[in-house]
Amino acid sequence: MTTDILIKVEDLKKYFKGDKIKALDGVSTDIHKGEVVVVIGPSGSGKSTFLRCLNLLEMPTGGKITLEGTDITDPKCNINLHRQKMGMVFQHFNLFPNMTLLKNMTLAPIKLLGKSKEEAEATAMSLLERVGLADRANAYPNQLSGGQKQRVAIVRALCMEPDVMLFDEPTSALDPEMVGEVLDVMKELAHEGMTMVVVTHEMGFAREVGNRVIFMADGRLVEEGTPEEIFSNPKSDRLKDFLAKVL
Amino acid sequence: MWYEDIKAQFILNFVDDDRWIYLTSGLVNTLKITVVACIMGILLGIVIAMVRSTYDKNIESMHKGLGKTLLVITDAICRVYLTVIRGTPVVVQLMIIYYIIFANSRNGVAVAMLAFGLNSGAYVAEIIRGGIMSTDAGQLEAGRSLGFNYVQTMRYIIIPQVFKSVLPTLANEFIVLLKETSVAGYVAVRDLTKGGDIIRGVTYSPFMPLIAVAIIYLVLVMFFTWLVGKLERRLRESDH
Repeated sequence: MTTDILIKVEDLKKYFKGDKIKALDGVSTDIHKGEVVVVIGPSGSGKSTFLRCLNLLEMPTGGKITLEGTDITDPKCNINLHRQKMGMVFQHFNLFPNMTLLKNMTLAPIKLLGKSKEEAEATAMSLLERVGLADRANAYPNQLSGGQKQRVAIVRALCMEPDVMLFDEPTSALDPEMVGEVLDVMKELAHEGMTMVVVTHEMGFAREVGNRVIFMADGRLVEEGTPEEIFSNPKSDRLKDFLAKVL
Repeated sequence: MWYEDIKAQFILNFVDDDRWIYLTSGLVNTLKITVVACIMGILLGIVIAMVRSTYDKNIESMHKGLGKTLLVITDAICRVYLTVIRGTPVVVQLMIIYYIIFANSRNGVAVAMLAFGLNSGAYVAEIIRGGIMSTDAGQLEAGRSLGFNYVQTMRYIIIPQVFKSVLPTLANEFIVLLKETSVAGYVAVRDLTKGGDIIRGVTYSPFMPLIAVAIIYLVLVMFFTWLVGKLERRLRESDH
């Protein structure tokens, strides 16, 4: 793993309803190239808000996010260009229900990257091949199972050739027997060196695949470290308490 | 004999002096007005619906600046438009546009197209706004996260889905519009209804021309209902 910083997060704050609800209350961390960062924490701890702030789906109330040297929280910055480099996978897949899988995957590369239809489809097909869904290329999302949908959602984001992938609880809406197939795709991606930020409740995944684990509670970054440090040697009471409940 | 009576009536109302031409040329005008007004209504409706729903969804989270000011102003204009158009009868709007705004124009058909288009736009806007507001917020987020800007996300992702879900309501609006154009005669447009009425005025026999007009409207509406049903089935392909 190199030490190049891909995303630098400084004192990130997100308040709702004026400043009554402090979803994020001063979070700072660096995401390095090729790193797999897993964010864990109890519900309402701000981990999803943290992830959604990284590509400005939530506009931060304060703080600074720097992506590859550019301050993306600067209002003058064209966030649309930077979002192209940040793939995002959602809990509820958010595939476009009125388009075939192939169309889902080729829409953005054709319209935004200026790829030809043939080129975009070739990329999409090879990615579908990788996740074992090439034969469903012309199916519609509603004809797939949850696990299949999420695998398509992952490769749809990959079609934009992002520098980093953000995962917002990608397995939380899945039936238990489908969790594995999605995690396998994510593992493979991690092994290929993709930079990933993953919000999840899958502690097994965090331990096995994560290079670094961030534990959040009450909008703050409470503890971070290697999976070994976090799971086997937790320091704060908050984390010990959390691990006691989930493990 | 009764059928000879009907035959005589038929000849009197439609065949003599080629009176049937009043109906066919009227029908052409009715269709012209309806189609142009419908297209105008949909375009206008989409724009207004986008302004209104953008305002409703985003105004609270927007930072102060030119963008916000523009949105507030355009939204206010749209609201006034919606209130005025939906709060006054279409006949009155039609006459205001014909006799006041375009007082120098004698092109009744063009004025009717404009008036019905403006009128329909208000109703279509509310239909589409309802559709936009009810689409899953995740669809917008997915579009934005891929790098599409707001307008592109609307155009490529949201509007096609909205169109599909509001199609039955939109078709209904088209059918209402088709029948509403029957008041175009108020501004000297010879539409289908006026055509029937002219025949009645000449022959003093109301039954044949009015029933004929009614049947033509009915057939048209049934045809469009069938056409929309076909389109809906095609769009539903992705639902399985």
